[in-house]
Amino acid sequence: MSTTTAPKASRSQEPRRKAAVTDRERTENSLARKLVAPAIVLMLFVTAFPMLRALYLSLFSYSLTAPDDREFVGLSNYWTALSDELFWRDTGNTVMIMLVTVFFELVIGFAFALVMHRLIFARGLVRTSILIPYGVITVVSGFAWQFAFSNSNGFVNGWLPFIGDDFNWFAQYDSSMIAIMASEIWKTTPFMSLLLLAGLAQVSEDMIEAAKVDGATWFQRLYKVILPNMKAAIMVAVLFRALDAYRIFDNIFVMTAGANGTESISFLTYRQVIEQFQLGIGSALSVLLFLSVLVVAFVIVKVFRVNLADARQES
Amino acid sequence: MALTGKNKDRVQRGGMVLGVALVLGWCLLPVVWIISLSFKSQAAVTNGSPGFFPSSGGGAGWDNYRDLLFDDQYAQFRRSILNSIGISLIATILSVAIATLAAYAIARLDFKGKKFVLTTALVIAMFPVVSLVGPLFDMWRTIGLYDTWPGLIIPYMSFTLPLAIWTLSAFFREIPWEMEQAAQVDGATQWQAFRKVIVPLAAPGVFTAAILTFFFAWNDFVFGISLTSTEAARPIPASLSFFVGNDPFNRPASLLAAGAVVATVPIVILVLFFQRKIVAGLTAGAVKG
Repeated sequence: MSTTTAPKASRSQEPRRKAAVTDRERTENSLARKLVAPAIVLMLFVTAFPMLRALYLSLFSYSLTAPDDREFVGLSNYWTALSDELFWRDTGNTVMIMLVTVFFELVIGFAFALVMHRLIFARGLVRTSILIPYGVITVVSGFAWQFAFSNSNGFVNGWLPFIGDDFNWFAQYDSSMIAIMASEIWKTTPFMSLLLLAGLAQVSEDMIEAAKVDGATWFQRLYKVILPNMKAAIMVAVLFRALDAYRIFDNIFVMTAGANGTESISFLTYRQVIEQFQLGIGSALSVLLFLSVLVVAFVIVKVFRVNLADARQES
Repeated sequence: MALTGKNKDRVQRGGMVLGVALVLGWCLLPVVWIISLSFKSQAAVTNGSPGFFPSSGGGAGWDNYRDLLFDDQYAQFRRSILNSIGISLIATILSVAIATLAAYAIARLDFKGKKFVLTTALVIAMFPVVSLVGPLFDMWRTIGLYDTWPGLIIPYMSFTLPLAIWTLSAFFREIPWEMEQAAQVDGATQWQAFRKVIVPLAAPGVFTAAILTFFFAWNDFVFGISLTSTEAARPIPASLSFFVGNDPFNRPASLLAAGAVVATVPIVILVLFFQRKIVAGLTAGAVKG
């Protein structure tokens, strides 16, 4: 709140004016709290409250198929999960999907952003098209790519030169993962490229021009001028996408249903809770999933020293 | 190697055309593919018909769409369209209304806990949704929200609030609020000043937040399959994933593709009409616009 409009008070009035300001602060505080309350209550009701309940349930051996046999088992659910090879295999899958997809999205997304930034014709057409993968339901994207890779009805085998026409992409681990990641990368690259485009728009043209005059090549301008100046935008894009990729579920559910060891950690949790009704161990997995997302977020924020509030210039 | 000015221009323009072609190909190829698949006949798909376009003789015309939209066998799918539209719209309206209040406070008022609100929103935006499925499944069954519209509307609201608050507060900070007082000085009542000055300025931001919220609710799959069990509340993505035709061992790919196209139509319409607003909204939250 700017105080510059208030007339300068004489020394004798000082204490009264101070009280007036705190009064005003108090009303503003209470109005703001009332306005913010519904949003906070709703957000916490569906996240914090169930999360605490998961924390509680994770200490029990509890199956919905035999609810009366619920019994307190301490931390043994966590021990079961952490000592199971399945948990580590699925975490490995998830981390790999996160690293590979974010890398490709960043590279392709940046290329797309460069094209859109320099575009002088067909701007509307390109921006409209780039929003379509973003808007398409992930399940639809999963089906489209599953059928595209299918050896009986798809076109991918016919188009790729070194792949036999009857190659079954979903018969083994490696090729299944490629298909899953293709769908994920296709759908989310446009979002990445729009965030990067907004970052590109903030790089000053004068600086690029100055570097050009000084004889910098295109690559030098890219590495020494453009990329350092859009670091904040890149970091925000990477953080958002990495955490989103870590939650991968839809594509795996639709395309392989976890066959050939392609399960992600989200899929494992879902299977325990919804398909097998193992609420005890499922809750332990939920807590572990939540903690691992926190770790990923922490690592990204620390490694890249990204401050989201700064990126938005919000204090 | 120095290119002469004219040649350099030509190279640049060629590169640009190539770039545009690549972007368009990337974005539209899978969409064209699923449309093309939806016109293959079911018999052709069962026998196997590799290739991009419906081959001669294997085409089905509009048969798949007709079956999907009028055949009794697919009544469940039609019901899921209704569910998706209803649930997404209600969640969007409520979420944007609540987010507008919060965003107004964040953009215009100084208060303790502003950082707490923004941080909470951010944490929830990144929350691993699947980890909530278990406890919510249990809670909803206890209070009777399982497999109902409100059972999905409530989680959709909570998970779209962060995006809506973040986007709206970025928009609201750009509004010249002094104009409200200026209008009052000119003789407008407080209500008139709000309705004639502030509402038109805030409307584009609210609208943008609404579109993004709708996209989220329409796209959700995790809650859709976990918190519903029948056609009473099952939304389109869940319904598509459970899609089984006459032969349970052979998924009717072309019918499914037709369903996928139907599910995509509303999104394409929104994108076609509101491209600018969506781009502005997506980037406003992350980079200061």
